[in-house]
Amino acid sequence: MTEPMVNAEGVHKRFARNEVLKGISLEVMPGEVMCLLGPSGSGKSTFLRCINHLEPINAGRLSVDGELVGYREKGDTLHQLRDSEIARKRAEIGMVFQHFNLFPHMTALDNITCAPVKVKKVARERAVRQATELLDRVGLADKIDSYPSQLSGGQQQRVAIARALAMEPKLMLFDEPTSALDPELVGEVLAVMQQLARDGMTMIVVTHELGFARGVAESVVFMDAGVVVESGPPEELLDRPRQERTRAFLSKVL
Amino acid sequence: MDSSEATDAGRRPDDIRAVPVRHPGRWVAAVIILVIAVAIVRSVVSDSHFEWSVVGEYLFDERILEGLRVTLELTVIAMAIGIALGVLLAVMRLSANPLVSGSSWLYIWFFRGTPVLVQLIFWYNVAALYPKIDLGIPFGPSFIHADANTLITPFRAAILALGLNEGAYMAEIVRAGMISVDRGQSDAALSLGMSRIQTLRTIVLPQAMRVIIPPTGNETISMLKTSSLASVITVTELLYSAELIYAVNYKVIPLLITVSIWYLACTSVLYIGQGYLERYYGRGRDGELPTIWQRVRVGVLSFRHGY
Repeated sequence: MTEPMVNAEGVHKRFARNEVLKGISLEVMPGEVMCLLGPSGSGKSTFLRCINHLEPINAGRLSVDGELVGYREKGDTLHQLRDSEIARKRAEIGMVFQHFNLFPHMTALDNITCAPVKVKKVARERAVRQATELLDRVGLADKIDSYPSQLSGGQQQRVAIARALAMEPKLMLFDEPTSALDPELVGEVLAVMQQLARDGMTMIVVTHELGFARGVAESVVFMDAGVVVESGPPEELLDRPRQERTRAFLSKVL
Repeated sequence: MDSSEATDAGRRPDDIRAVPVRHPGRWVAAVIILVIAVAIVRSVVSDSHFEWSVVGEYLFDERILEGLRVTLELTVIAMAIGIALGVLLAVMRLSANPLVSGSSWLYIWFFRGTPVLVQLIFWYNVAALYPKIDLGIPFGPSFIHADANTLITPFRAAILALGLNEGAYMAEIVRAGMISVDRGQSDAALSLGMSRIQTLRTIVLPQAMRVIIPPTGNETISMLKTSSLASVITVTELLYSAELIYAVNYKVIPLLITVSIWYLACTSVLYIGQGYLERYYGRGRDGELPTIWQRVRVGVLSFRHGY
């Protein structure tokens, strides 16, 4: 039996008094693509940020590839991981942001080679070769020396995906990757993600693109107000939602 | 494509040629300014008290040049200390540890809250407070024993005072720069597995530089001039070198002019250098910033075309 890539059991997250996640439980198997749907403020993005410990969780258990996120378990007690250990685990998880967050003072090439060279200590020439291949894969081979400000939103997001892939992650997190894009640029980013899914990458995608969820995801989770309202395969959840709340949301998105 | 659109696109219209708006006010202002400028230049050139020949005589005097060298040395070393200290204090200030951020706050509060002239005189007289200076393990053995009077020369006192004081100001400048960098940038860097230090050094600080450079240029220019305060503790920098000369020959005004010419020359060079630094750190962000020469050209052209 294969272990889940991501396993969440009753994950709680508070910001001061504000409880954002109220017991999230879900499993993502290796190679699976899971889409998280839900209205803004439902905690989807926060949950994503918890998975690579950009936000520590307050209660529950969250593990990636069989290891707890942010803690080491010795007997019954949890020990916080050192910053360096957390960084090592983050390096194995790629993340793509709504606003791309490319490094504006670096060219596309340097954006991609930066982490492999500095974190994984890959030789510069090898990193450059890999970055060239990745840019080719996302269809931007000719933009290798462009600065982010010289690229369209869709191109920036594709560079951001290439940057995450350069660390050869075992899991990719997408936080509303197309929400900040002009409608006609959404397709090019989704195409790259679809290809990635086909290549067997484990992906968790926070999105409002129901078409993508329907076509690519193995499972869809609908969240609202910090809880999982319902989950299931896309054809089931999107076409025959059992919960009234899910129906109401889907009718507005479509 | 629509055929009417195609023909319209094919026939490129002529550029608009309109009579520009006249700005008579600009010409009136120009005349007034010109008259004032001529009056000033006339008085400066013809008034014998300016003693331009004396200025020329001392401009490249050995003692003045030596003073200039000391001034530049003071400026460079004090700014280097100030910037290094400023980065350290800014990082401390943003630390999650309240003791660390608190001590940074206390430092900035103290050194910004007392006049730099007082600090200069204080360091000059520090031997009265600590006659002996020991470097070593606190409450343990010490490795270096020194007499404060011989260790803290006037020059070193000035370096200490100006550098430590500058650190407090630079800390606030660096902190403002770091805060100006979007949080998504460190999120992205951390999510790639970079450590906090790597994130700070390769992602946050280079971007903060865009915000840090302009006020740092101002600080450097300001430091160049503030270093003249060291004259009160007998550091023979530019001003004190001139004072020593006019104490003997009473040519006060010409020597002050000589000194001012050198200060102006140095600040001008710094100003131009700052422009090029801003261009460098704005790359990929501000587009190509104009160099100072391009800016002057644009200014002259806009006046000419504006009538």
